[in-house]
Amino acid sequence: MSDLTRLSAAEQSALLESREISSVELTKAHLDRIAETDSDLGAFLHVSDDALTIADEVDAARAGGVSLNPLAGIPVAVKDVLCTLDMPSTAGSKILEGWVPPYDATPVARLRTARMPLLGKTNMDEFAMGSSTEHSAYGITRNSWDRTRIPGGSGGGSASAVGAFQASLALGSDTGGSIRQPAAFTGTVGMKPTYGGVSRYGAIALASSLDQIGPVTRTVLDAGLLHDIIGGYDHHDSTSISDEWPSFADAARRGARGESLKGLRVGVVKELDLSGFQPGVTARFHETLTMLAAEGAEIVDVSAPNFEYAVAAYYLILTAEASSNLAKFDSVRFGLRVTPNGTPTVEDVMSATREVGFGAEAKRRIILGTYALSAGYYDAYYGSAQKVRTLIQRDFAAAFAQVDVLVSPTAPTTAWKVGENLDDPLAMWLSDITTIPVNMAGIPGISIPIGLADEDNLPVGLQIMAPARDDARLYEIGAAIEALLDAKRGSTFSALTPAFTGGAN
Amino acid sequence: MAKDALMDFDKALEKFEPVIGLEVHVELSTKSKMFSSASNVFGADPNTAVTPVCLGLPGSLPVVNKDAVRYSISLGLALGCEIAETCRFARKNYFYPDLAKNYQISQFDEPIAFEGSLEVELDNGDIVTIPIERAHMEEDAGKLTHVGGATGRIQGAEYSLVDYNRAGVPLVEIVTKPIYGTEGRAGEVARAYVSTIRDIVRGLGISEARMERGNLRCDANVSLRPRGDEKLGTRTETKNVNSLRSIERAIRYEIQRQAALLDKGTAIIQETRHWHEDTGTTSPGRPKSDADDYRYFPEPDLLPIRPSRELVEELRAALPEPPAAQRRRLKAEWGFSDLDFKSIVNAGLLVEVRETVEAGANPQSARKWWMGELSRTANEMNVEPSSLVTPTQVAELQSAVDAGTINDKLAREALAGLIANEGTVAEIIEKRGLTVVSDDGALIAAIDAALASQPDVLEKIASGKVEAAGAIIGAVMKAMGGKADAARVRELVIERASA
Repeated sequence: MSDLTRLSAAEQSALLESREISSVELTKAHLDRIAETDSDLGAFLHVSDDALTIADEVDAARAGGVSLNPLAGIPVAVKDVLCTLDMPSTAGSKILEGWVPPYDATPVARLRTARMPLLGKTNMDEFAMGSSTEHSAYGITRNSWDRTRIPGGSGGGSASAVGAFQASLALGSDTGGSIRQPAAFTGTVGMKPTYGGVSRYGAIALASSLDQIGPVTRTVLDAGLLHDIIGGYDHHDSTSISDEWPSFADAARRGARGESLKGLRVGVVKELDLSGFQPGVTARFHETLTMLAAEGAEIVDVSAPNFEYAVAAYYLILTAEASSNLAKFDSVRFGLRVTPNGTPTVEDVMSATREVGFGAEAKRRIILGTYALSAGYYDAYYGSAQKVRTLIQRDFAAAFAQVDVLVSPTAPTTAWKVGENLDDPLAMWLSDITTIPVNMAGIPGISIPIGLADEDNLPVGLQIMAPARDDARLYEIGAAIEALLDAKRGSTFSALTPAFTGGAN
Repeated sequence: MAKDALMDFDKALEKFEPVIGLEVHVELSTKSKMFSSASNVFGADPNTAVTPVCLGLPGSLPVVNKDAVRYSISLGLALGCEIAETCRFARKNYFYPDLAKNYQISQFDEPIAFEGSLEVELDNGDIVTIPIERAHMEEDAGKLTHVGGATGRIQGAEYSLVDYNRAGVPLVEIVTKPIYGTEGRAGEVARAYVSTIRDIVRGLGISEARMERGNLRCDANVSLRPRGDEKLGTRTETKNVNSLRSIERAIRYEIQRQAALLDKGTAIIQETRHWHEDTGTTSPGRPKSDADDYRYFPEPDLLPIRPSRELVEELRAALPEPPAAQRRRLKAEWGFSDLDFKSIVNAGLLVEVRETVEAGANPQSARKWWMGELSRTANEMNVEPSSLVTPTQVAELQSAVDAGTINDKLAREALAGLIANEGTVAEIIEKRGLTVVSDDGALIAAIDAALASQPDVLEKIASGKVEAAGAIIGAVMKAMGGKADAARVRELVIERASA
């Protein structure tokens, strides 16, 4: 069955449970798809060589009547930012080339406990710094929808892998939009959970107070199924939330049954100036609002006056934390070591290693962050940025007093051409204007595909936001909107994906 | 500075007023490290007591050790500090190979304990109050061993070895405010202060507090100002002075060195200095300025610590008696002379002697064991007496002596058995066959034999010269393999000789 890869994980799960297919067949289909397409796509940095062994074990367990997780036997791709015992974990950086960690990140360990074969590690901007996956030390990833375009970033590898049917499920990390923006650009679903909802243990840190691990899939239900596995308290992460979480898959199923939209109060931030957005993006967004209103939702303008400072404050907090988090890459204990000629001191070796090992974007952010934390500048930069963060949290709190969810386009544009924004870092940074406030406030946000932009026929994403700890609401509302759109379209969104069989585009 | 270039100490004090400040690092004896589950042990093979967290591996995250927080609160309370209602950890950023993450998790503007004071007692009984600025929690760094080069320092070394076993060991850093008015006793005050902290942390049971192992480390800040000046002089910070005696010497040296420089009109350089035990001098380390930029910021991987008031009060109620008060009480209860009591304190064995007495031994015997046989043996083995046996074992040993089961000589043998871990006192007496012979019949037979072989001695004793009995007692003790109660033998010898 060559089209197994086109199915959602939930559909694959049903076939596995009814024994119509085996995990070995399913896993092999995805490995074949990767082999066929990845030389063009560049989604994977490393493909596992024991996925089939795990699949075989799951099949045996199932035959033996062992009770299994719904996703057992379904292969999954993992962003290279997460530590894996059996595969190199480089975060897209040359400074970690070939590094195999002695431990699994908690979300990865939970995938293994659920008996999901790991397909491999997906490409990303170095240390998750970027919005296009052009800043990986190991080459670019192309957009699964159009190989002349970038897939978004930093998690372009996971998004394109899922978009190109190399995997039905993947893990990503989201510091300022790195799950949601690539999801929007590739027509996939990307969820950034509430801060603390998924353990960060074993996720190579970019900005500790902003980073969050989450699912990348083609349907909202699949994201909920995967979130149910990776989420929940972990004593290895002090910022992990100890609450009991409801089933996110159940929330998605509830939403898909309808009724969730009637009476729903949907907020739109009036300060978010859509006039600068790509017309095709704005058009799909407004259509969606109209559709929601027709379903009985109430569309409410809300004010979030401090959002305009979010990007500036974000780049101070992110760079400050990153400058400290990336200090450990010094060649002493692991990773790359560059030894200059002569009789170098340890400082010389550290300096040479970091000069060679870090890419331009990483260096840019380390220097900015070091400056922002320096004595005499701390209050003006890092201190002020933290105050802005508090104000953004208050804006969200005030908004959620009036509405159940907030919505926006996930990104101002559709996917741009490879190389287009490379010499303009500021333009690249501004592309995250819609997603950044969510990380600053620690709330959950999901991106779901809502159509294609008229001018370029590329996917447009809708971002839905909810109060902290109410991730279930996003799965319910996301699945409700997805079901409506699928019904109108008469197919899933991913069925629209242009054919791509490898070879020249 | 050559010794003859130093200014005479008394002359230095005539011209200048010394101001000192002390930073004491206490390694806490928790089971695991400050932020990881790695075990907190001394002397393990290099890099074996480590986890990804202590090695700073990518993706690893710190988790606060709750015991370390409790210990820190107890210590803060014992130092008379206020305990913060909420406090945070902060990252102190600097690159050094013994610092796995290239930042140290410490506390910056929100220490767990602050604004305290500590009374310390000087040799002559004077009490000095030391103002405490703060006590904060942090993690220790790894240990570097510089190989090659003459000095064992990084300069000139061929390469350096790093052991991360110590990386992440919980520390409390106690910082005093400037201490004024110590004058000629600056060194003594510093020594008494560190000694008091040692007693406190041992009394609390939160640190081994062994300076030679670095469990307790002192950095001494010294500055001088000309008599009559308000403004503080430039200070130096002498690092890691690792014995009580050295603290006193180092401060004295710095006063004499700085006075000589200032007297010549040479400015003092603000810097860290290394103490050299062998020469009794300090040498320059690295320059240190107030502008050292560690780029502190709140540690985003950890939540703020908010010790409940119930916990603080519970720990306050469990505080042991302050050391100075306890010493006064024990000295009186035990009826010791100043000299005897001070010798115990100076040997750092007060805790051991007290616990031995608490376990049932009489104070004189407890003192005798710890200050005598145990100190001697420990000295030979180059270890601490406390590492040889427990106070309970010593009390059991003494109890066997008091009961007449063994004599002093046999008790020393039993002690050797205890040190060799051969079992309980009773087991060792049994295994080594150390019981004294209490059967008069066996003793009388040995006495009669000895008297028969030395008729001249027999005659002397019989004629009333009882001091001659010594020779017979010796022979009998030898014949009994030492396992006889010498007093009983003496009684019997006189009885038999006079019969």
